[in-house]
Amino acid sequence: MNRSLIISSVLHGALIMITAMSLPFLAKKPLDIPPIVSVELIQIAEKTNIPFAPKAKKIIEKKKKKKLKEKEKKLVSEQAPPKKEKKLISGEAPPKKVKKTQSKTVVSFDQKKEKIKNQNPEAVPLPDKKVKKIETKKETKQNPVKTVKKIETIKKKKANQSPKKADNKVKQVSEFEKKDLFDPSNIAALIDKSKVDDAEKIKKDDKITQSQDKSVLTGKLTINEEQALQAQIFTCWSIPLGLPFNPDDMLVRIKLSLKPDGAIEDMEMLDHIKMNTPGKERFRTLADSVRRAIQLCNPLNVPTTGYERWKKIIFNFNATDMLGG
Amino acid sequence: MIKNYLIFIILITLPFKVFAIIEVDITRGNLDPLPLAVSPLSIDDKSKKEFQKILKKENIGSEISIIVENNLKTSGLFDPLSKDAFLQAPDIANLKPRFEDWNLIKAQALITGKVSLVDKKLRVEFRLWDVLAAKEMMALAFTTVPNNWRRVGHIISDKVYERLTGEKGYFDTRIIYVAEEGPKTQRIKKLAIMDQDGFNNKFLTLGNELVLTPRFNPTSQMVTYLSYFRNLPRVYLLDIETGTQEVVGDFPGMTFAPRFSPDGKKIIMSFAKDGRSDIYTMDLENRIVEKITNHPSIDTSPSYSPDGKYIAFNSDRSGYQQIYVMNSDGSDVKRISFGNGLYGTPVWSPRGDLIAFTKLHKGKFYIGVMRTDGSGERLLTENYYQEAPSWSPNGRVLIFYRETKTNAKGEGFSAKLWSIDLTGYNERLVSTSTDASDPSWSSLLSN
Repeated sequence: MNRSLIISSVLHGALIMITAMSLPFLAKKPLDIPPIVSVELIQIAEKTNIPFAPKAKKIIEKKKKKKLKEKEKKLVSEQAPPKKEKKLISGEAPPKKVKKTQSKTVVSFDQKKEKIKNQNPEAVPLPDKKVKKIETKKETKQNPVKTVKKIETIKKKKANQSPKKADNKVKQVSEFEKKDLFDPSNIAALIDKSKVDDAEKIKKDDKITQSQDKSVLTGKLTINEEQALQAQIFTCWSIPLGLPFNPDDMLVRIKLSLKPDGAIEDMEMLDHIKMNTPGKERFRTLADSVRRAIQLCNPLNVPTTGYERWKKIIFNFNATDMLGG
Repeated sequence: MIKNYLIFIILITLPFKVFAIIEVDITRGNLDPLPLAVSPLSIDDKSKKEFQKILKKENIGSEISIIVENNLKTSGLFDPLSKDAFLQAPDIANLKPRFEDWNLIKAQALITGKVSLVDKKLRVEFRLWDVLAAKEMMALAFTTVPNNWRRVGHIISDKVYERLTGEKGYFDTRIIYVAEEGPKTQRIKKLAIMDQDGFNNKFLTLGNELVLTPRFNPTSQMVTYLSYFRNLPRVYLLDIETGTQEVVGDFPGMTFAPRFSPDGKKIIMSFAKDGRSDIYTMDLENRIVEKITNHPSIDTSPSYSPDGKYIAFNSDRSGYQQIYVMNSDGSDVKRISFGNGLYGTPVWSPRGDLIAFTKLHKGKFYIGVMRTDGSGERLLTENYYQEAPSWSPNGRVLIFYRETKTNAKGEGFSAKLWSIDLTGYNERLVSTSTDASDPSWSSLLSN
């Protein structure tokens, strides 16, 4: 009895010891948590204007020479501007007429027509009457000054990746910039280039491009994203070529709710009342073609990021150019 | 008050982000014909056997679907898919199509239907489905005598065309033309009429007298044409239904180039006398003749605008044959063609937006269109010899005739009907049993 108690207590003791020794806070040293580094994300346009060393100096010199030449030319042209003569156009063209043709559905003659079924589209709320035009974005100038976002915690990167190379680059660029291209608006980028590098690495890890990142914040699509969508839908939209041109019926607006993978979750024809209006059969035909195009293109080529931006999107299908306005 | 203040504080402190909805403009699309599937119309065995006895056709359902398929294909706007690719049987497809199957073969629209014999009459039911939306777009049924089965196919084609393109079709129509036989120097010319697809061809005259320029009345089955009466060219009227014909007026000179007014109540034509030719109208009810132009030149080929307010014609009053437009009373004459070459046979589009014409330039003939003010001239087709364009009732297609060049022995001559749409790409030979010229397209029979 005593013996078994002794064995049991010894074994329990051993178990407690093993457990205590193997606990992580005892076995390992505390993790080396990296210090908190504030990182500034700087927007960089798709085309950079900053020259890269070592060719930068040559480029700058060439640009300077060109600028000087242009200035000289401008001065000359300003001194003696050529006169422009306005040509008079004679003759007037009569105004165009848009013929409204009737569209009957009844088949007369000796046939007997029976309307079997008539399905109406589901009722959806009225859209805004005014059509909003997309603001085209122009990214021509680099603007690195604006502070975008602060990332509070960053995992420590492998200690100082090739610091010498980075320093050299910074020096090469900054030397020229100090000498030739000093721009007060670029100070933030010049002060701490290493922060920018870190920020770029983080962004690459997250698979976000700079332009996308900017658009995420502005809530708009970049030109590339918009063009990718347009290119996809161009191939899917079979315009009813027989449609007579009527400027009032050439625009169809459709609002989509999208899933993160670009699949269409919901579709709403914004001018649905017009579709069921008598005499607007041609608009209905165009709207049908739009719906088919959207369904054919499902899922859409949406950007990989910024779901919040494009989870709802409106497409303005305008057949004016195609049907010869 | 405190409650409202708290709500306000909560609201302004809530972290949220609002984006305006992104809008994307789509201004281009593809010009490919719409792929659609025309499933053979299903038919029960009993009806099938009955129709075999009456019409001598193996499967009337398939025959009607072939008519629909051919019509839609010739329009150039649709691409009917091969029936070999169809996965679903016609009878089941008509009840409830399995849209996944039709989607698989890339069909965007589907036509199904059913044929049956009801009270010794042909009953055809058809449905148009939107494959991508998986819903029915249209469903109609027609009942007629069995012999009218081809027309049912044309009417279905028109309905499908109208639903998918937004404009009226042109398949349930007929074409009147001059059938030609024999060698070039001794041609026998007869009036003939046929369906727009070349079937149901009938000769309306025997060929004893020369006939030219037949034109349909836009509102009824009446035809006006030019024939020789006592060795003088005269304008005639022919009722297709009854076969009766009469000379229009008793003019001392020769009358030619007749055409109906849009309401079908008047005939407009040229009247030549003493080396000059002017345009006249004749009211068919009271036979009152009215002179429209009065110029010492040759004014001919008049054509009314669809609203009847204007008349296009060609005249050599400028020294060369050009196209002019005037008010229907003859006032305010304006020249509208200013390009190089000679212009003739102006025909106002049923839509009212264009005027088709024949142009001769550097020894070649062109069929073209221009706006009613003469702007936007587009030449659709070029050939050795072609003329006499006539519009389809929807103003989208032109039919004309083209002659081939003879060889040194005077052989190889032929005259055929051709059609071309406004894009200029969809040019097709219209099959006729003989050589053919001077076509005129009727309005829709099922209007």
